Amino acid sequence: MKHGIGIVLSGALAFIAFLGAAFAVDDLFRQHMWIVFFVLIGFTALLMRNADFAPASPADETAYLDEPIRYGVIATVFWGVVGFLVGVLIAFQLAFPDLNVEPWFSFGRVRPLHTSAVIFAFGGNALIASSFYVVQRTCRTRLFGGDLAWFVFWGYQLFIVMAATGYLLGITQSREYAEPEWYVDLWLTIVWVAYLVVFMGTILRRKEPHIYVANWFFMSFIITIAMLHVINNMAVPVSIFGAKSYSAFSGVQDAVTQWWYGHNAVAFFLTVPFLAMMYYFVPKQVNRPVYSYRLSIVHFWSIIFLYIWAGPHHLHYTAVPDWAQTLGMVFSIMLWMPSWGGMINGLMTLSGAWDKIRTDPIVRLMVAAIAFYGMATFEGPMLSIKAVNALSHYTDWTIAHVHAGALGWNGMITFAAVYFLTPKLWGRERLYSIRMVNWHFWLATLGIVLYAAAMWVSGIMQGLMWREYDEQGFLIYSFAETVAAMHPYYVMRATGGLLYLAGGFLMAWNVYQTIRGRVRDEAPMGREQPVSGLAAQPAE
Amino acid sequence: MSEKEVDQVTGVSTTGHSWDGIKELDTPMPRWWLITFYATIVWALAYMVAYPAWPLLRTATTGLLGYSSRGEIKKELNAAQEAKAGYIAAISSKTIDEIMADDTLRSFAAAAGAAAFKVNCVQCHGSGAQGSPGYPNLNDDEWLWGGTARDIQQTIAHGIRYTEDPDTRISEMPAFGGMLDSRQIAQVTSHVLSLSGKADGAAPADLAAGKAVFAQNCAVCHGEAGKGNRELGAPDLTDAIWLYGATPAAIAAQIRAPRHGVMPAWAGRLGDTLVKELTVYVHSLGGGR
Repeated sequence: MKHGIGIVLSGALAFIAFLGAAFAVDDLFRQHMWIVFFVLIGFTALLMRNADFAPASPADETAYLDEPIRYGVIATVFWGVVGFLVGVLIAFQLAFPDLNVEPWFSFGRVRPLHTSAVIFAFGGNALIASSFYVVQRTCRTRLFGGDLAWFVFWGYQLFIVMAATGYLLGITQSREYAEPEWYVDLWLTIVWVAYLVVFMGTILRRKEPHIYVANWFFMSFIITIAMLHVINNMAVPVSIFGAKSYSAFSGVQDAVTQWWYGHNAVAFFLTVPFLAMMYYFVPKQVNRPVYSYRLSIVHFWSIIFLYIWAGPHHLHYTAVPDWAQTLGMVFSIMLWMPSWGGMINGLMTLSGAWDKIRTDPIVRLMVAAIAFYGMATFEGPMLSIKAVNALSHYTDWTIAHVHAGALGWNGMITFAAVYFLTPKLWGRERLYSIRMVNWHFWLATLGIVLYAAAMWVSGIMQGLMWREYDEQGFLIYSFAETVAAMHPYYVMRATGGLLYLAGGFLMAWNVYQTIRGRVRDEAPMGREQPVSGLAAQPAE
Repeated sequence: MSEKEVDQVTGVSTTGHSWDGIKELDTPMPRWWLITFYATIVWALAYMVAYPAWPLLRTATTGLLGYSSRGEIKKELNAAQEAKAGYIAAISSKTIDEIMADDTLRSFAAAAGAAAFKVNCVQCHGSGAQGSPGYPNLNDDEWLWGGTARDIQQTIAHGIRYTEDPDTRISEMPAFGGMLDSRQIAQVTSHVLSLSGKADGAAPADLAAGKAVFAQNCAVCHGEAGKGNRELGAPDLTDAIWLYGATPAAIAAQIRAPRHGVMPAWAGRLGDTLVKELTVYVHSLGGGR
């Protein structure tokens, strides 16, 4: 029976949520469980309406399992737009504090909604979808585990909904990028193990003798995130029917654990698997071989070995012992070249196909993404140097750095992957509009430039104002004066965000029309300018 | 699976594998990349010898340079302390009048007071000391409790209506809501407005009545002409400065049920020396007498 397992599982989870609501020991947990209950009951009802009682036809075991990937692409686009929208909202909240709507839409609750929506909902869905797509094609085999891939997809969406609704209710364990409370963490652990099983199972039954480089990166992502997630979220709940929990670590150990996780979320969620996307989609799109196999091996293993130690650089000049700060700093410096190895391999794969930048806006997105990756991975080691960090820490410079990486690298490589995948997954000849991709590219690029430039200036200004002394050794500025000075930059940043969001809407429309099978009537890219130098030559 | 072949564009051979049509070139690693990578490793090792790095059982290696972040901050703080020590000793031993008379000391104290003001006072008085509704502007010439250095020092040290300090400045305008009827309050409001040359369109009879109400109830503190009394903290009503708002409604509200602002006493928290420095700064803002 189609959907049989899904109906049972979703119904059972709804029942558990119902029990949670019934026996809740605090109001927040009760409210949260009611929300989860209604979401799951609705989902169960939806499955039942579409249930098919005819005996299931045996799945074609030779074909790729692409339906969850189609859902994943749609989820990526949807959560992307949501995440950018929330980002624009909080950017405006910082510029105009009256926009904080208490209690649900105050900055403190909406900010983790933004970070989680873009990293885990937008980025996470993009990674799950693209890893399922890439692993099947580069292993020449169907996804392992049958409907387990469906469980991974829907289970992950449930995690996103639980995390997001919890934030707005005010449920948080206040660990950056790991705000969801213990029960949401447990659910994610189950989903993640299922993801690991699907991916590793597929690798194990591959029909290619060698494992493609993209799959090394995906594998290290799935395994390391599992480790980081479990250790960072070790906590003791106050009650199994309550929302609150207490961390297993305390004091400086807790801080180091959090930033070991936090920095490696950047490493193993936002860098490593996106490099995997690069390693598949760039050579496919430009139709050129990967630049250097040897470089890919060396930079892969050096990234894996070095990144995991770099976390303490987030805790310079704190109670963390000096030796740990040194460790975080020197490992960050050594990471510079391993990170750039990925950039070199990505960019140099274009050798022999550079002309495609002119004609193919998807390649444009890819090249810009890799360039932003290179910039961010130079800036990162630089900011980890203690003398630089003394100026940059706690300022908007960090925000500029993160967004150059997130909007430039993660965003643009994901957009490129979405534009690559959509026509292929829905069997369309091409995208609805190539020119809209170009518009998206420029909106996103201008948005990033505006955003990052504003935050660089604001951050450095902020840091300099904080440390400005007069000749007699007294501080010049009050804190409120430094906040007031940042206002124009906050407005600029929000404007940059708006441009980036506009690009997101354009992508959503383009993807929607492509799925519908429409093709926009438009002039092809890169053909409109005559090659003037040649045309002007008189015939000999 | 495919055979090794030579890529036409680059002249480099492939590794012989192929995944979904993707091949890999056997290009050697760029030399500059490798050399820079090695250089960062060498630099890292050197840094770890020079600075605290290797955790041992109970401590960690201290590094050849003997650096520690706590040591550095201590050094910096000591240096700053030392540079200021002479001034601070002088300020702490002298009276406010003596400090005001000494140009070097006064300018040092004003700078020190400005820094302390940014930390302790801006929350109410604003970062430009411009005040806000309910919190006096310190740049103007109006002083509720007096604008000489000694007056200011007394106010900062002991606060206003800060009952935990026995020497605090106390005054309490009564709530006239229970003593005057609405008509009288309206009349006296018109009169108070007229003191600073503002008319709210009240009839001359009402103004006269308001004047009488004022003479009976208000003049004892604010003075016959409404010029105020600094001994009692009673504000001057003839100028354009209104702590709680200049509209007829705001003035009437203040007559009916006055708000009484509180300023904390700072002597206990900041010490006498810093209070003196703050005094010099506030006095220097422009309105000091």
